[in-house]
Amino acid sequence: MVAASFKFNIDGIEVEATEGQSVIEACDEAGIYIPRLCHHPELPPSGNCRVCTCKINGRHSAACVTPAAHGMVIENDTPQLTSDRRAVIEMLFVEGNHPCPYCVASGDCELQALGYRLGMVAPTQPYQWPERKIDATHPDIYLDHDRCILCSRCIRASRMEDGKTVFGFEGRGIAMRLNVDAQGGLGETQMAAIDKAASVCPVACIVIKRHNYQVPNGSRRFDKTPIGSDIEAKRTRRQS
Amino acid sequence: MSLLDIDERILELVDLVDLDVSPFDDKKAFDRQVDVGFVEGGCSNEYNVKELREFRKHCRILISVGACAINGGVPAMRNTIGLRECLEAVYLNGPSLEGAGMIPNDEDLPLLLDRVYPSHEIVKIDYFLPGCPPSGDAMWEGLKALLTGKAPTLPYLLCKYE
Repeated sequence: MVAASFKFNIDGIEVEATEGQSVIEACDEAGIYIPRLCHHPELPPSGNCRVCTCKINGRHSAACVTPAAHGMVIENDTPQLTSDRRAVIEMLFVEGNHPCPYCVASGDCELQALGYRLGMVAPTQPYQWPERKIDATHPDIYLDHDRCILCSRCIRASRMEDGKTVFGFEGRGIAMRLNVDAQGGLGETQMAAIDKAASVCPVACIVIKRHNYQVPNGSRRFDKTPIGSDIEAKRTRRQS
Repeated sequence: MSLLDIDERILELVDLVDLDVSPFDDKKAFDRQVDVGFVEGGCSNEYNVKELREFRKHCRILISVGACAINGGVPAMRNTIGLRECLEAVYLNGPSLEGAGMIPNDEDLPLLLDRVYPSHEIVKIDYFLPGCPPSGDAMWEGLKALLTGKAPTLPYLLCKYE
């Protein structure tokens, strides 16, 4: 059976979707970029970063967990939503420790790339300087909790893709932390460097050792083109 | 110092502006109001705070330049450790120390702050030029905007946090 297809409208553009798709999936396919951080195309959505929040039929909803529906009217690229999203990114910057100049992920980091794309020149919320530990107990991977933005991608990847339960959250609110399922740190878990969970981190929290500067600064994913350019290119191709 | 990375464009610049307090002319203190001030570096001691407040008082537009001014940069690595622990690690328990060390406490040394603060947490900052350091082109974009009475905005390739 072929899933029924229908149309909805985002920023004045008509998008075709099939039943079962979320708003973000349908827009990705149509070449319309909705900024996102916790969403990953190969993982089930979790809707916890709120960066992809759009105004859907007049209400604020996260596009990654909202099923697309016939006749929806969506606002995405508006000054207000861009400003709201920038505020979320700024809060994530000051809540952890994110020193771009000496971070291994700079140029490849989705948090940084969203800062660039959304027009953040400097986070102006007060820096929190939390004290967080580095877990280097694993021979091939280290966990830099300074960078963690609690997106839950690694948790989802470990459970759904790797069939393990290496990661989980502990605590609530500002005290929430990423944790591993062994007292002695990541080295005592089932984690392996080839796991999906090791490659989905949007920042430099889960880092595979000894591979970090193979692509030099200046030639990385977001050094020349903004995040989302690959998605937007689909639409440009279709139009031309 | 990123200002020097604008290379020969500095000749265009000197025709348009007068440098007041700067490392180039070695003038140390303000004696008049100026239009634009660039500050680099965060505030790690009381001298930095005093200097920054002087800049704010005398500059109509104040701009934070570079990662250290914007988030504290490398000096701010101490912020997650604590001042006492840092000083003790270096001056009392350092691996290269011979005999008992002591934490420097000369009255001529500016008092260290509890942590390194970005400029905008001390005074109001009007604009930011990010980068470590901001490239010569980014500095030039900023200067051009200011000279033509606009707010400095950087194109994608020039706006870098690193």
